[in-house]
Amino acid sequence: MRLLAAFHAAANPNAIPAPHIEYRAILPMLIVFGVACVGVLVEAFVPRVHRAVTQTVLALAGLVAALVAVVANTGLPRRLVVQSAVAADGPTLFIQGTILALSIGALLLIADRSIGADSDFVAQAADLPGTEQERASVRAGLRQTEVFPLAMFAVAGMMLFPAANDLVLAFVALEVLSLPLYLLAGMARRRRLLSQEAAVKYFLLGAFSSAFFVYGLALVYGYAKSVEYGDIATSLTSSDRGDSLVIVGLALIGISLLFKLSGVPFHWWTPDVYQGAPTPITAFMAAGTKVAAFGALLRVFFVAFGGLAWDWRPVVWGVAIATMVVGAILGVTQTDVKRLLAYSSIAHAGFILTAFAATTRASESSVLFYLVAYGFMNIGAFAIVMLVRDADGEANHLSRWVGLGRRSPLMAGIFALFLLAMAGLPPTSGLWAKVAVFQAAYQGGAGPLVIVGVLASAVTAYYYLRIIVLMFSQEPAVEGPTVVMPGALSAAAIALGVAVTIVLGVVPQTVLDLADKAVPFLR
Amino acid sequence: MSPMFYLYLSAVLFTLGAVGVLLRRNAIVVFMCIELMLNAANLALVTFSRINGNLDGQIIAFFVMVVAAAEVVVGLAVIVAVFRTRRSASVDDVNLLKY
Repeated sequence: MRLLAAFHAAANPNAIPAPHIEYRAILPMLIVFGVACVGVLVEAFVPRVHRAVTQTVLALAGLVAALVAVVANTGLPRRLVVQSAVAADGPTLFIQGTILALSIGALLLIADRSIGADSDFVAQAADLPGTEQERASVRAGLRQTEVFPLAMFAVAGMMLFPAANDLVLAFVALEVLSLPLYLLAGMARRRRLLSQEAAVKYFLLGAFSSAFFVYGLALVYGYAKSVEYGDIATSLTSSDRGDSLVIVGLALIGISLLFKLSGVPFHWWTPDVYQGAPTPITAFMAAGTKVAAFGALLRVFFVAFGGLAWDWRPVVWGVAIATMVVGAILGVTQTDVKRLLAYSSIAHAGFILTAFAATTRASESSVLFYLVAYGFMNIGAFAIVMLVRDADGEANHLSRWVGLGRRSPLMAGIFALFLLAMAGLPPTSGLWAKVAVFQAAYQGGAGPLVIVGVLASAVTAYYYLRIIVLMFSQEPAVEGPTVVMPGALSAAAIALGVAVTIVLGVVPQTVLDLADKAVPFLR
Repeated sequence: MSPMFYLYLSAVLFTLGAVGVLLRRNAIVVFMCIELMLNAANLALVTFSRINGNLDGQIIAFFVMVVAAAEVVVGLAVIVAVFRTRRSASVDDVNLLKY
């Protein structure tokens, strides 16, 4: 091969040199992308009866293999790979490992068919809701197994997004993670109108926000003559162009990133999409997208635009305060458990932004720790939401949850544990996560943000505790929903969530150290 | 002709697209406005490529086009699914989820 290449080079001196690609460093992503592509082929060639099992095994094996590859890569030196398009550094590995572990949990929920009559996914997405055609598909036991490759593409995009070291790759990764999620959001088996509506809203707003990203990218390119983060950072001190180009560009990119992590005022899609999407997808989205988006946010703002910190920090302060306040206050008025968890996720984004606003090394590691803790409590909480059911599917209205603790103490107890974690109370991971981010924020000079954060936590604690009281202190209604026993797969997902939440609550130091060793971002 | 004019044009197109997204009611038209925004960004990229004297911007424009094409595939699928269910593509009619 090398001889051939040399021959070509001799024959054509203008030949474009082949890029140097470090396959080992990007192996985790290649595995997941590969599995996603194989998943598409499985749809085409494997008989329908075997597809669900094949896809589940394939996807799970792929995620586990990628996780092993991530762990194996921790010994490699930190460097830029693939012509400095991808950063193979500590935060990348930490975030990718987190995303893979969370995706395994979410995939277990997606794959489980034992809850309810069948899965939470539509039999055939093309059938019109409420028609004979749809009932025929359900009777035939059809199942939209394209869910698996779509989810795998989303996972791959999530892994690439925080690892990308130039804006174009970040944009492509953003779309690779978003496009499958738009489709998945519209595939709920029940309440299909809501689900389709969620998909349309998510899609239109998501595409709108990515248009902002591209225009911001164009302006930054105009300023820096390059889209690589390192070059952008250098150009901030050396460019001869007007600063307005880069500031407007950064603002547009920031809008797009804040949209993905549902920061106020770009959070309006969150409750609608979380409520309408099938619950396993909501769990996947809430955990995975947020981790990926925060990873990318940190890398873009710290590595590429760290030199502009004086300009963007006040804006981040404002956004963090607004996000915490809106998430906390609007959460109080919610009556639907999925919407409530959506507002809770908005509030959590605000808490993470307080550490981000401090722009110190500690803020990087505390954000990483928070993302792990937050992701697993979310997967677990949504898994329990899947279990509370009546004849129409999930019973998401909070009034239906009254007395659930009497009816099913174990599941209600586990849900209470996740709520305690979200409230940041001991003995859970949420406590240490909040301590870490608030400490980082305080030490970085964001004291006022910490005060708002603590007050907002108190408000959010009110609505979490209200649910606990609701579940345990009152008698269950006669016609109330039942808590179905989870199948092996979702039981494993719940166990994963419980284990991480408690272990990080009791011995947080290992993961704190790990996060501390992972930072800083490669500059 | 100064390349700056192309930048002004791209800014105008981007703004028109953004205003269209916020004001128009038909999901397809909203979607076309988003495409207009992406193409405005492409124009800016190509112009900056000329100003900067390197080819990166032109390459990036191709990336944006490919992504935009993929977005059309997904977007039209979602919009058509809703249209078939409701016989309407108006974004005012998708209003079951609120507050």
